[in-house]
Amino acid sequence: MSKQIVSVSPHIRSSRTTQNIMLDVIIAMMPAVIASGFLFGFRAILLVIISSAVCALLEFGWEKMMKKPVTVQDLSAVVTGMLVAMNVPVSMPIWMMIVGDIAAIILVKQLFGGLGCNFVNPALVGRLVMMFSFASAMTTFTGSSGIVDATTSATPLANAGALGWDQFLTLFLGKHGGAIGETCALAILIGGIYLIVRKVIKPIIPLCYIGSCLVFTFLFGGQNPVMQIFAGGLLCGAFFMATDYVTSPITNSGKVIFGVFIGFLTAVIRVFGTYPEGVTFAILFGNVLVPFINDLTLTKPLGGIFPKKEKKEAAK
Amino acid sequence: MAAKFLQSIPVPHHKNTQGSFPIRLTDVKSVTIPMSMHIGAPAKPVVKVGDHVKIGQVIGEAGGFVSAPVHASISGTVKKIEPMLLSSGASCQAITIESDGLNEFDENLKPPVLTDLDSFIQAVRDSGAVGLGGAGFPTSVKLKVDPDKVDYILINGAECEPYITSDSHTMIDNAERMYAGLSALKRFYPKAHIIIGIENNKKKAIEVMRKYTDGVDNCDVAELPSSYPQGGEKVLIYNTTGRMVPEGKLPFDVGCIVLNATTLSFLGKYLTTGQPLTTKCVTIDGSAVKEPKNVIAYIGTSVRDVVELAGGLKCEPGKVLYGGPMMGLAMPDMDQPVLKNTNALLFFDEKDAKVPEPSACIHCGRCVDACPLKLMPTELEHACQQRDVERLKKLKINLCMECGSCAFVCPAKRNLVESHKLAKIIVREAGAK
Repeated sequence: MSKQIVSVSPHIRSSRTTQNIMLDVIIAMMPAVIASGFLFGFRAILLVIISSAVCALLEFGWEKMMKKPVTVQDLSAVVTGMLVAMNVPVSMPIWMMIVGDIAAIILVKQLFGGLGCNFVNPALVGRLVMMFSFASAMTTFTGSSGIVDATTSATPLANAGALGWDQFLTLFLGKHGGAIGETCALAILIGGIYLIVRKVIKPIIPLCYIGSCLVFTFLFGGQNPVMQIFAGGLLCGAFFMATDYVTSPITNSGKVIFGVFIGFLTAVIRVFGTYPEGVTFAILFGNVLVPFINDLTLTKPLGGIFPKKEKKEAAK
Repeated sequence: MAAKFLQSIPVPHHKNTQGSFPIRLTDVKSVTIPMSMHIGAPAKPVVKVGDHVKIGQVIGEAGGFVSAPVHASISGTVKKIEPMLLSSGASCQAITIESDGLNEFDENLKPPVLTDLDSFIQAVRDSGAVGLGGAGFPTSVKLKVDPDKVDYILINGAECEPYITSDSHTMIDNAERMYAGLSALKRFYPKAHIIIGIENNKKKAIEVMRKYTDGVDNCDVAELPSSYPQGGEKVLIYNTTGRMVPEGKLPFDVGCIVLNATTLSFLGKYLTTGQPLTTKCVTIDGSAVKEPKNVIAYIGTSVRDVVELAGGLKCEPGKVLYGGPMMGLAMPDMDQPVLKNTNALLFFDEKDAKVPEPSACIHCGRCVDACPLKLMPTELEHACQQRDVERLKKLKINLCMECGSCAFVCPAKRNLVESHKLAKIIVREAGAK
């Protein structure tokens, strides 16, 4: 007589899986990827494809080598690969980008135990490694065949000045130098809204981050705070990097603290620091603090009796 | 200002049997009735092998204060009295009765005479009533309180579990029994405000209950959102009265008594006819069932017999459940009997029975957002893996009602309820040392 399966309730589960969340993130990044193709030419798209494939292969190879269960099908490595590629300029030599991929997947993700265990955002560490290792390649923003001028142009953040409507439109559509996935604000916003509508992310972190960066830049007397939003990596960072589940706080209040804090840091670095760009450092620094923010913002269970409060009441 | 309703989540309803009038399953050869179908001490068998019993005759008497008597559900001969292993993992004596095919009622059954509160509580105790929503807590114990301190009596007709429709059937088709039960409650707990809580996807039940309670003082029907877990005791109390049962306390500590709608309907029936709890309306559903329907089964009928009499199975089921899919108990084989607190039997085919493979937690926080009591399931699971008793206590593991909302929404398919159950044991064992 065949026996039935016995398992602990619940016996039905929602259709949401890690895999389809990651697929939604990939879909959300597509507008930015397609925009990069228009702006910088086919090489931009090629970089994204290569980087994703390399990351997936690295994860597969490492897990096989370490005799761990293979988790490439959860697509998180593909997301990391796309993000690494979106953070490099179109002229980036491919082998240099692969160094970034290795840093992201092996150094940060796999060595710390794989998905869910990394304490900082893998793609941002990939970017950091590339920034320090290949400083000139990472800051040479040339368009190869796209709309953006083939002449070397700095990111607008490096030569911030007065901003007219034309310049704003240029910024918003991304017709300027920069990392391939960062420049087109319109495409990133479309992707961000998609993520919010699909309930993959809550709008808390992006809004707090962008808002706080705007306010603090203004308070610190930084030039043209509005431009600060659309130029550089802020939007891409706010929607795709800072919202990474693993390295952002769990509770809503934690997300607010995190968003405001990294916005503050970004503004400080941009206004006072030597680097024109502060998103990478700010988010990474915020990532490190996440366990502490989580512990500070534990929820208060309903009906729970807490010893401290009782004492206060007794004192009354 | 606190939220009006506690956090809840949408789950698929699958109320396929809505409006299905239950058929009676009378053609039963034998029943096996466990002595423990409630929380508390098991009943003690008072019949011997070879005795002839009739429907409604006491075969097991209450084994303590928190206990309930057990009655014969068919007429026939006692064949066996031996220990059996229940699906819950507990073991108790069970009495097997072979039917004489007559289905005769015990001629001594008569409606109880109610004079005061004590006689009412005694009647409830004699009826064998236990919480029929699933928990199986002896009803008489709940009711044995100072009536002046009861502000609310809440009738739980939420039926938030997917598939199950037996409660709404009871409210619609046995409304006059509900009414008889309500009248008794009004008589003995005159100060209590009675609220019948029903999810707003059961329009018919709401309509019928409104009709019956229209002229009654201090008695209302509350429409609840159709989202899980409206029928959780703490959730129902908060959503209808705004009161929150504190940690380690009972509903009565905040002036509330919660009764399941089917329990109340049964009490109404007992008070008018004197027939104790011997049958149960059960929803038969799930992907392995040929025709989903409601049935009225004798308590103790084996699950195999029930489903065969109810139209049979499409295929050998991969998983069989007592109760709904969110909190229901999986049974090891189909020889298990229908219990007093069985409100549904669900049969899932191989595909639906498959237990998803858990993957790494990605800290998305969906479980935290889903928890009706604002617990942090992901942190609890982590503390459980570390066997960190202090942290488990700080995170209030004892408040978890195991509703399963967290595990339902988890994209990594982590077995959060399983780890919470384990965590409670870890805390209990640490306390016992």
